[in-house]
Amino acid sequence: MTTRIDRRMAKLKAEGRPALVTYIMGGDPDYETSLSIMKALPVSGSDVIELGMPFSDPMADGPAIQAAGLRALKAGQTLARTLKMASEFRAVDNDTPIVLMGYYNPIYIYGVDRFLTDAKASGIDGLIVVDLPPEMDEELCIPALKAGVNFIRLATPTTDDKRLPKVLENTSGFVYYVSMTGITGSALADTAKVSAAVTRIKGHTALPVCVGFGVKTAEQARVIGASADGVVVGTAIVNAVANVLGPKGEKTADPAEAVATLVSGLAQGVRAARLAAAE
Amino acid sequence: MNKPAMPNSFRTGPDEQGMFGIFGGRFVAETLMPLILDLEEQWNKAKTDPEFKAELQNLSTHYAGRPSKLYFAEGLTKHLGGAKVYFKREDLNHTGSHKINNCLGQILLAKRMGKKRIIAETGAGQHGVASATVAARFGYPCVVYMGATDVARQSPNVFRMKLLGAEVRPVTAGHGTLKDAMNEALRDWVTNVEDTYYLIGTAAGPHPYPELVRDFQSVIGSEARAQMLEQEGRLPDVIIAAVGGGSNAIGLFHPFLDDKDVRIIGIEAGGRGLDGIEHCASMNAGKPGVLHGNRTYLLQNADGQILDGHSISAGLDYPGVGPEHSWLRDSGRVQYEPILDDEALEAFQLTTRVEGIIPALESAHAIAHAMKIVPKMDKDQLVIVNLSGRGDKDVHTVANMLGMEI
Repeated sequence: MTTRIDRRMAKLKAEGRPALVTYIMGGDPDYETSLSIMKALPVSGSDVIELGMPFSDPMADGPAIQAAGLRALKAGQTLARTLKMASEFRAVDNDTPIVLMGYYNPIYIYGVDRFLTDAKASGIDGLIVVDLPPEMDEELCIPALKAGVNFIRLATPTTDDKRLPKVLENTSGFVYYVSMTGITGSALADTAKVSAAVTRIKGHTALPVCVGFGVKTAEQARVIGASADGVVVGTAIVNAVANVLGPKGEKTADPAEAVATLVSGLAQGVRAARLAAAE
Repeated sequence: MNKPAMPNSFRTGPDEQGMFGIFGGRFVAETLMPLILDLEEQWNKAKTDPEFKAELQNLSTHYAGRPSKLYFAEGLTKHLGGAKVYFKREDLNHTGSHKINNCLGQILLAKRMGKKRIIAETGAGQHGVASATVAARFGYPCVVYMGATDVARQSPNVFRMKLLGAEVRPVTAGHGTLKDAMNEALRDWVTNVEDTYYLIGTAAGPHPYPELVRDFQSVIGSEARAQMLEQEGRLPDVIIAAVGGGSNAIGLFHPFLDDKDVRIIGIEAGGRGLDGIEHCASMNAGKPGVLHGNRTYLLQNADGQILDGHSISAGLDYPGVGPEHSWLRDSGRVQYEPILDDEALEAFQLTTRVEGIIPALESAHAIAHAMKIVPKMDKDQLVIVNLSGRGDKDVHTVANMLGMEI
């Protein structure tokens, strides 16, 4: 069974360039604006969308994504509304893969079976759930795979060769390599170490390997994209939204336009990645 | 919710996956997974190592001052006119609470594991002080995360931690209480994986923390059980302890769990009442969910967002509870009851007046429940209340509540 993620990754591989994976927080700063940002992503050159599900206690996230989640929750975002956003997006774009990213509790409270049914119906292709390591696969990973939804696992610098097979075992879609030990939005790790890690993971799996945590600029996207199959950008996009919000949350410019400008630049970065690598 | 079948023993958990029934587990980011597996392995070796036991025993005796006394609270007993009330005097331990029991155990684990840096979260500051204390004793740098609200209401403890050489980092996220401090400590740990030991202060978090904290705190119940047998020639009828995360309570309860005639009562912070959201009674008013590495009863809304809660007592101001308590609740072995801010405040004042003991506000919650049930019990019945800590740290809060300036 292939998903939109599998098809998109295969297409990009054939084109010989890495994917640009963009993260936005669902419902930030409000539902309508967030939906307009989401719609602007593929138009600006994003290949895969990670749609953040806000959570009150995001333990792996830095201040920028924490604040984005709180803005979304304050504006009334819920898991049900995040799914609704995905299905409204699907009405205009049936090809760009959507990966939901967040923490387990809202899904657990929604009910795993009901969630998977509704996620499928909303056009969701994959899940990244930060606090569900392989040891907890029975909770959501196995049911998701049975439902035909990709379960994308995070591999980290602490995932050594002994542990890697366990992490990869039920992973599908792509592997998300976290470039450093830390929270989202930290400074980018040594890029040479990152490419070595990508090579190491590729020795264990045929799945595409995307790299995230710390990538903020087109130049960084270009460098990381030379070895990785995809480059994930999150905090920089969330900051682009925050930067056009005033002290009371009022919009001082169009957030969708601000995000589109940033993403277009990043898209040029990933498109230059293999050219640079070939030089 | 299905009631689990009654087990033969209530003392065998957790299972190999770190579960107590459906509760507990290892809900952490992949970055931390190798660390908690390593901790589990080291803990399994340490707990059967005679040298480790001997070193902990030695420190408990000569540094912390164990065993703590089981004290017949004659003044309170007379005042209440019912069952005999005993206090397990954890307030007399070095640093003034039960928290030192766990910190000594974990600092020895950190040493064994070759870690170079200690981090901890704290609510009331009792665990922060105990962590800073053992870090000073063993020569480790120590960072304590503490909610900004708690920094303000527990200023004497903040100063103590600083004197002990720890760095106190105020956390402004959320309501600035224990939950937010724990998030921030986890963010530190996920960043500094190589050299840092996370010294969790309560019997919660990912496996193996709930188990190892319980085992280090079980000295409370083991001593109390032996002391009661020696002093009264029989087991108590009722034992009571306050439950925030629940480490002093599980420490007292665990050795008694299979004594089926001993009634066990855990006290949650009822705050300003269970009708609204200003309380921390996760087992009376919450539902199971996943936070901070484990599944347990949590205060949360219909969307699974965690609520902040409220308690007069910073040590009970946490929207969750250790997973073993959740399991003991559902299995029916332990009864969990709420006590309101006002009731705790009254118990705090009464104990001070009739016993000459200033209890921590956390412990005052347990005493408040004793005040409710003891008068209805027979004079030959026996009750143990865990006096988990001393109340010096709370005098500012109490003065404030009573409208006095100090």
